[in-house]
Amino acid sequence: MIHFALKRLGVAVLVALTVSILSFSMVYLSGDPALALAGEGASEQDIENVRRVYGFERPIVVQYGDWLVRALQGNLGHSNYLKADVASVVFERLPTTMLLGACALAFALILSIPLGVVAAIRPNSMIDRFALTVAMIGQAMPSFWFALTLMLWFGLNWRLLPISGTASWQHFVMPSIALGYYVTPAVMRLTRAGMLEVLSSDYIRTARAKGLRPMTVLFKHALRNAIIPVVSLSAVQFGFMLGGSIVIETIFAINGLGFLVWESILRADVPMMQAIVLVLSIIYILLTFLADLLNGFLDPRIRVS
Amino acid sequence: MTDVTKSSGASQGGSILSSGLDDILEPSPGSLMRKRIFGHTGLVIGGGVLLIILLMAILAPVISPGDPYDQDLSRKLIPPVWHESAKVTWDHPLGTDLLGRDYMTRIFYGARISLLIGFAAMMISGLIGTTLGVLAGYFGGKVDMVVNFIITTRLSLPVVLVALAVVSLIGSSLTVVIWVLGLLIWDRFAVVMRSATQQVRGLDFVAAAQSLGCSTRHIILSEIMPNVANHLIVIATIEMAHAILLEAALSFLGLGVQPPDPSWGLMIAEAKGMLFFDAWLITIPGVALFALVLSINLLGDGMRDVTAPENRN
Repeated sequence: MIHFALKRLGVAVLVALTVSILSFSMVYLSGDPALALAGEGASEQDIENVRRVYGFERPIVVQYGDWLVRALQGNLGHSNYLKADVASVVFERLPTTMLLGACALAFALILSIPLGVVAAIRPNSMIDRFALTVAMIGQAMPSFWFALTLMLWFGLNWRLLPISGTASWQHFVMPSIALGYYVTPAVMRLTRAGMLEVLSSDYIRTARAKGLRPMTVLFKHALRNAIIPVVSLSAVQFGFMLGGSIVIETIFAINGLGFLVWESILRADVPMMQAIVLVLSIIYILLTFLADLLNGFLDPRIRVS
Repeated sequence: MTDVTKSSGASQGGSILSSGLDDILEPSPGSLMRKRIFGHTGLVIGGGVLLIILLMAILAPVISPGDPYDQDLSRKLIPPVWHESAKVTWDHPLGTDLLGRDYMTRIFYGARISLLIGFAAMMISGLIGTTLGVLAGYFGGKVDMVVNFIITTRLSLPVVLVALAVVSLIGSSLTVVIWVLGLLIWDRFAVVMRSATQQVRGLDFVAAAQSLGCSTRHIILSEIMPNVANHLIVIATIEMAHAILLEAALSFLGLGVQPPDPSWGLMIAEAKGMLFFDAWLITIPGVALFALVLSINLLGDGMRDVTAPENRN
């Protein structure tokens, strides 16, 4: 197990380093960063000064090393637009996005796991077909359109829920549904496939032959094993949702990381964009690493291969 | 499958003379395939809807009631014909937008943009992902490790965010959106092609080709590729749908297709402020996007069912 964990950790660190190189190189995507920072109409001398102050005249490798060392110390740079420390702004906004992601994931799991289980108990039944249709429709709806439609019905026509902001828990209901529904098809299909496989295995037949109650067989014996891949999928999907919340946060005016990154992109605030890409990627890498460990712990076969 | 048995049962019920040949001759593979295709409800619906949207896109200049860029502020915000309003007119069956442009025309031309971006981005990502996946699956070992590493790195980057950031830094245009999406969504191609190739490369005909002295290039192109192609078609439809939804999201956020071009995502963004007054401005392009993505997904699922070898008997 320790060997397995160390190997996974090594890969995770390498991936994180590669991601850091990619997010560092964003500075150079729009051409000369000094030119962009100095602004239009800046003289040669101004541009030269900017280049020297920000250290853009040094070799790129040195600049990257310097940036990485500072990032590791928790210094993600300075936002010229907000006149503030990037790291403190990012970590101030992160909890809101995490909360939204957690609510969305909870919504998705509560909806999709029971649907998947029921669909697997009666394959090709009406319920199974209904679940698959729901999954199909869910995957085809653009999230922003779904969010706007929710707003129209629940916010305006029925006046059940507030449409923007983060003041109370009711404010999180629609954004969580809009963000979480996109995950439900994947979780449902995986639960269904896992349950179908487990239900046809020998030990379930044995459990049934012993005369155990059907509910005990289903939940204590079958679901426990079928749920293992769902756990790691959930971790991965949680990471995806943090990155994907940008659309939902801008629609519902939720003051999280997604809204911040959208504002930063519109202002061309590159240090902020770099920091958010880096932070979200590293959270994702951590989540998949933990999911791998959990999988290895729960299922010894994975450790060996 | 039940449909096949049913129809052969029906032909036996006919007169012996007319059905005699059918009973003696094995049905040709082509006619079996046709039966499988037309017996699959999802495939027929998906293919039908996609065909309609495709025709809309191709014939847009012929069938459109107007011009997609023609503004007329005196005719702005006319509701579609099913609304009960004095302004409703058959000159604009789906109404007009905030600038008085005919909405149906913009929907038709928007289909072109969605299909073009979806198809082009899918081709780019398919080329990258298939190359990486097949190489990893065929060679294994170190190549496999490197490809796996690249896939893991790509998966850890948040797609929407990176796409938005890159498009904003480079500057948005149709070509930039296509390339950025294509370079970002190849992961599923790589993952699926890798495992499909791993399965095929262990089979006897690959070993036979190797022992005959065939070149690696020949083995990959002529022995492996035809046998993993059915997976390829399914992933291609999934990723085309994915690219269409991403383009719509980018355009919705103002960083994809730029006005005045009629992208469905952009049309929804332009009408966002009118959500509580003229909701149809958002509903119509939304339904169009939904129908397009759903039809592509149905087509992909159907193709998988029809081409899977286990469904052939």
